[in-house]
Amino acid sequence: MMKSLHIEAAKCTGCLQCEMACSFENYGVFNPAKSRIKVFEFHDTGTKVPYTCTQCAEAWCLKACPVDAITKDKHTGAMMVNEATCVGCKVCTIACPFGTINYVADTGKVQKCDLCEGSPACADACPTGAITYIDADSTGIDRMRSWAAKLENQTVGHAD
Amino acid sequence: MAWQRKILRVDLTAGTCTQEALNMEWAKAYLGQRGLATKYFVEEVAPSVEPLSPANKLIFATGPLTGTMASTGGRYSVITKGPLTGAIACSNSGGYWGAELKMAGWDMIIFEGRAATPVYLHLENDTATLHDASDLWGKTTWETEPALRKKHQDSQLKISSIGRAGENGVLYAAIINDLHRAAGRSGVGAVMGSKNLKAIAVRGTLGVAGIKDPKAFMKATAAAKKVLADNAVTGEGLPKFGTQVLMNVINESGAMPTRNAQDIQFDGAKDISAEAMHAPRVTDGKANLVTNQACFGCTIACGRISKIDQTHYTVVNKPEYWGASGGLEYEAAWALGSANGVNDLEALTFANFLCNEDGFDPISFGATVGAVMELYEMGVLTKEQLGIEAPFGSAKALTYFAGLTARGEGFGQEIGLGSKRLTAKYGHPDLSMTVKGQEFPAYDPRGIQGMGLTYATSNRGACHLRSYTVASEILGIPIKTDPLATEGKAGLVKAFQDATAVFDSAGICVFTSFAWTLVDVAPQLEAACEGDWSLDNLNVVGERIWNMERQFNNAAGFTAKDDSLPKRLLTEAAKTGPAKGLVAGLSKMLPEYYSERGWDTEGRPTAATVERLGL
Ligand code: SF4
Ligand code: SF4
Repeated sequence: MMKSLHIEAAKCTGCLQCEMACSFENYGVFNPAKSRIKVFEFHDTGTKVPYTCTQCAEAWCLKACPVDAITKDKHTGAMMVNEATCVGCKVCTIACPFGTINYVADTGKVQKCDLCEGSPACADACPTGAITYIDADSTGIDRMRSWAAKLENQTVGHAD
Repeated sequence: MAWQRKILRVDLTAGTCTQEALNMEWAKAYLGQRGLATKYFVEEVAPSVEPLSPANKLIFATGPLTGTMASTGGRYSVITKGPLTGAIACSNSGGYWGAELKMAGWDMIIFEGRAATPVYLHLENDTATLHDASDLWGKTTWETEPALRKKHQDSQLKISSIGRAGENGVLYAAIINDLHRAAGRSGVGAVMGSKNLKAIAVRGTLGVAGIKDPKAFMKATAAAKKVLADNAVTGEGLPKFGTQVLMNVINESGAMPTRNAQDIQFDGAKDISAEAMHAPRVTDGKANLVTNQACFGCTIACGRISKIDQTHYTVVNKPEYWGASGGLEYEAAWALGSANGVNDLEALTFANFLCNEDGFDPISFGATVGAVMELYEMGVLTKEQLGIEAPFGSAKALTYFAGLTARGEGFGQEIGLGSKRLTAKYGHPDLSMTVKGQEFPAYDPRGIQGMGLTYATSNRGACHLRSYTVASEILGIPIKTDPLATEGKAGLVKAFQDATAVFDSAGICVFTSFAWTLVDVAPQLEAACEGDWSLDNLNVVGERIWNMERQFNNAAGFTAKDDSLPKRLLTEAAKTGPAKGLVAGLSKMLPEYYSERGWDTEGRPTAATVERLGL
């Protein structure tokens, strides 16, 4: 079964455990500046929104790369950057409409979410369930269930 | 080494920034943050120093767990000699700023001297520069933060600053970071203002590396997070209700100081409680509370984010206050509400916004307004002097005073000096609900006896965060004790004081101690840091820190006489509730406390104690 990261912003508290887990997984350091998932706070509304690569089925970054350094992982479906091949031209960062692939000055390469070989550290670290790693074909199942619950209430009401 | 091993010394008089190596010998004896910065402070500053003079220093310090995946590992403290009290001051804040400072590669910043004209410090990893802040002087913290981001074209800058209260010398001015997190008490913001230091803007992209045993650390922090998640207070109560979970509980326990501590229960408590914050308003059908929010690294998320009803008198035609911002915590709801008999939730939220916007402590401010209202009802203060009628229960007077204090106008200048100076000036010093000049918070010692001893002996003046025996006496954490009894409280207070000193020195939030004891903290520190952080040694470290602070205060002129409580608590019995008929039994606890501490009858650590603790 193909899985994907599923984000429910309403549950996010802005604790940044996900960002630290990501940087620790990939660089062995607690450093949100190196995280591939980013949490945005919208102060006036009190909303926090975690945001990262959604692993497009037809990925702009992959198509744009002139040296084919980006390939799709067969098992996870993640677009993977092959650092040995990447020349740091940054064309992919221009091509990606979402800004989720980024240049790293330290390495001279680009980085993006690679789904941690199928066990994403951010989802593991998230204390609120705002990030989960679930069946890619039914990321909407919980939302459907909550709406279904409303119908259930109505149905009970009618039976009275 | 979870420390960065680097401190920044900023001489504001000379305008220089220099890097120094962290004294690792001290780190191993005093841990970090509160303990370690206080060690630097007492070594470098004379106890007699005038708090608002250039000779006083101001230290911003992180702990070894700040900026790590330890839950709540985002804290920093500000250490100085406090202008409200004349005692050691140490105020702790959450949000994101502390972790950012650590990520920039620093354990602490020591500010000394005084800049000739307003400045701010810009810190980008290793690069520290002082800039002119003339154009920011007179601005609120809410104006300062976006202005600095814009100026440096860096949307990710984290900023800690003072508002107009700190500039104007409000003696309980706070330092505000991330718009609504505060190093709130004892006037640390006034010291910052006296140094002409407006703000510290930090961007840190280096991160925290070099954890001693990363694998063990991830395991220990994960286990500790599970303890928080499984606990009813940290896993459910605090995220849903915030610290406001206490409003109804404390009121029912008959321990809520009301109308300047004339009463011990507040009839309006339910209107300003957590439940009220959740309930839809009649006016617009929306709840006051928008959501909860975490500080950096925190898996509890007790923070409140609120919106004020746009039709409320406080914000009509003021869209700048219509957005979401930091809502009421229990202490603020009590100080702005119960202490003044005000039960208008929206008015309290507005006053709280002003406290954040211009940087002043809602506890001392609210409690001072309580004293003003009592003086008004006695006829000592008049409408002409105050600019408004100010009986208990007047939301209009409360919010009016908040504005005056924020801007340093009219009678706000007197309110900004705190209740001790204000009541003394008008001939009624007994109406000041303070210890060592600092207003006590939301727990009445007549109904929670251990808090009487807590307030009387707190090293930074009356405070609940130095030993929160409420946990034991009301909530039964870690064991239930009788709130009305004085027996056994000396030992309880000592144990809480010492443990809290460790929490405050580690880089974590003291609210974890609703679920954690030092047994949960020790393995996280052991895995992160070199040195001996076993349970046994942590107890000694906590006790050492407490005694170091005490020695500074003694040398600054405090004696056993200052370990006291306002006369009202000692002589006027509680009128209602479970504590009816009781006064605070301080004299029954204090001698025992001194002896448990290894202090003489004058409250001075004995030579044996000093030696045992390696002071
Ligand atoms: S770990 Fe979860 S709750 Fe915390 S910031 Fe990330 S997504 Fe939000
Ligand atoms: S418990 Fe509350 S105050 Fe403490 S770190 Fe978490 S959100 Fe911040």
